[in-house]
Amino acid sequence: MTMPQEITIDKEIDARGSFCPGPLMELIRGVKVLPVGGVLAVLSSDPGSAKDIPAWIAKAKHEFIGAFPQQGYTRFVMRKLH
Amino acid sequence: MEERMSLIVFSGTVDKLMAASILTTGAAAMGMEVEVFLTTWGLEAFRKDAYKTNQRVSKEFEDFAPVMMEQMQVKQVPSWMDNFKDARDIGAVKIYACSMTMELFGIKLADLEPIVDDVTGVATFVERARAGRITLFI
Repeated sequence: MTMPQEITIDKEIDARGSFCPGPLMELIRGVKVLPVGGVLAVLSSDPGSAKDIPAWIAKAKHEFIGAFPQQGYTRFVMRKLH
Repeated sequence: MEERMSLIVFSGTVDKLMAASILTTGAAAMGMEVEVFLTTWGLEAFRKDAYKTNQRVSKEFEDFAPVMMEQMQVKQVPSWMDNFKDARDIGAVKIYACSMTMELFGIKLADLEPIVDDVTGVATFVERARAGRITLFI
């Protein structure tokens, strides 16, 4: 699955090689400093985070744009809604 | 009130403190209010600077200790103390010292890492845990 063409990533965090809860923590820290409406991507190779990240985004009521698998990692993309 | 997770940390070995710290981090990340009650060996592990030299692992698994410590270094896994500190940054985490253990071991709040918020008795902890969704003993 590829990312929709019209989405621009404002900030990308590379959390590959870090384990649960590392990538999720990086996402949360990234969201804190992101302006509302901003799009954040986190790169993660950790399987636990693959579940945790969408769960957190839903819980925090932001927009989960999608999880885009790449070679050996996944790019998780979200938009800050509030 | 946010949902609460209460954690009793009785253990003072790195393996168990690691588990406690990751659970705390996970709960804090998910917006839960986390209250940690340090007792006995868990409290000892929070004496000022003790975390810097604590290499203890559960006795039954002491043969795994060298491998575990080495892998944590190699993979640059944050320490349990790092996790507790990070958890406080991203969420509502309170850490309390068990008053009984303090008395028994002659510890004062000033002897503990600054991350410990206050001293509390078991009754207070139980009342607060009662209102919580998750209570764990580690």
